[in-house]
Amino acid sequence: MNIIIMGCGRVGSELAKLLDAEGHKVTIMDIEANSFDTLPSDFGGVAFLGDATDEEMLKKAGIAQANAFIAVTSDDDKNAMAAQIAKQIFNVPKVLCRMHDPLRAEFFESLGLEAISPIFLFVQVVREKLGIGKEGPCIS
Amino acid sequence: MYIIIVGGGDLGFSLAKEFFANGHEALIIEKDAARCEEVKQELGSISICGSGSEIATLDRAGIARTDMFIAVTREDEENLAACQIAKQKFNVPRVIARVNNPRNEPIFAKLGIDYTVNVVGLVMENIKVLSGIFPLARLFSFKDRGTELILAKIPDGSLVGRPLKDLPLPEGAVVTLLIRQGEESKIPVPETVLRAGDELLCLIPGGSEESLQAALGQGRPAP
Repeated sequence: MNIIIMGCGRVGSELAKLLDAEGHKVTIMDIEANSFDTLPSDFGGVAFLGDATDEEMLKKAGIAQANAFIAVTSDDDKNAMAAQIAKQIFNVPKVLCRMHDPLRAEFFESLGLEAISPIFLFVQVVREKLGIGKEGPCIS
Repeated sequence: MYIIIVGGGDLGFSLAKEFFANGHEALIIEKDAARCEEVKQELGSISICGSGSEIATLDRAGIARTDMFIAVTREDEENLAACQIAKQKFNVPRVIARVNNPRNEPIFAKLGIDYTVNVVGLVMENIKVLSGIFPLARLFSFKDRGTELILAKIPDGSLVGRPLKDLPLPEGAVVTLLIRQGEESKIPVPETVLRAGDELLCLIPGGSEESLQAALGQGRPAP
């Protein structure tokens, strides 16, 4: 799979590392050059310095060939905007984004985005471990 | 009217003042606590501290009863998310977004935000008018009507000495006023003879700017 990841923080770099090791073609984008320091030295993907909410930067990063786009910066609004551009303008087949605010996640889901809320997931997991969680489509 | 403004910077603050002066009710949502306090000092308790794209904050701001929602922060992604929530979740009748990066204007439109103000574009057009060296400048876009108000200058060329009716205007265009140095501005008639340097205030359908530019012909092409 050809995958673009937006945001090279803890989650982004971990994802990039794993997907690269599994043999996927990974491009990871960030607006801070030093955020790429967290990538392992044997990382075989592309570290692309640029803003993924910018259409031109996405083109340069190769969004036209991407099968998947994953937005995991710490800014919900940036993730939402980039994910919508990837989905609606570049028709990337699979688009995922992280959203800290569960209500915002719910809203963007209603617009057709696949938003993952870490808070919601964590709460679900805790409930399950306590044996009071409902069986449900919480982790897709 | 009740208006929610996201962003308490110079623009949001001035907007709120203007709305108050005209008897409306306005509320500012501002992320920065210190700035929020400054707004309170000047205008009273009309600001809440928080993010304009957070649903809990919007609820607190009374978004359910707002007539208009205006997002004018310096961050396009916040303006976009806030306006999308206001429009699609709360069905606010009128939603207006500031666009900081001109490239984002078509993206906002594509994502459902029809009323945008492209700040860079606006300043640029104003400077073009004041510089007086451009054949065409856009004064205003009536986005809800799909028309644009354009100031067009007659260049020193083949149009000079010919009547206005010889100017091949784009379909649906209207020349509303003729502005001529040293004379009173007047509403032109088809027989009005054009002079070099005449300025025409034209109302044209959106997207026909290029064909008006072509009609003016010999004018220097816009750089």
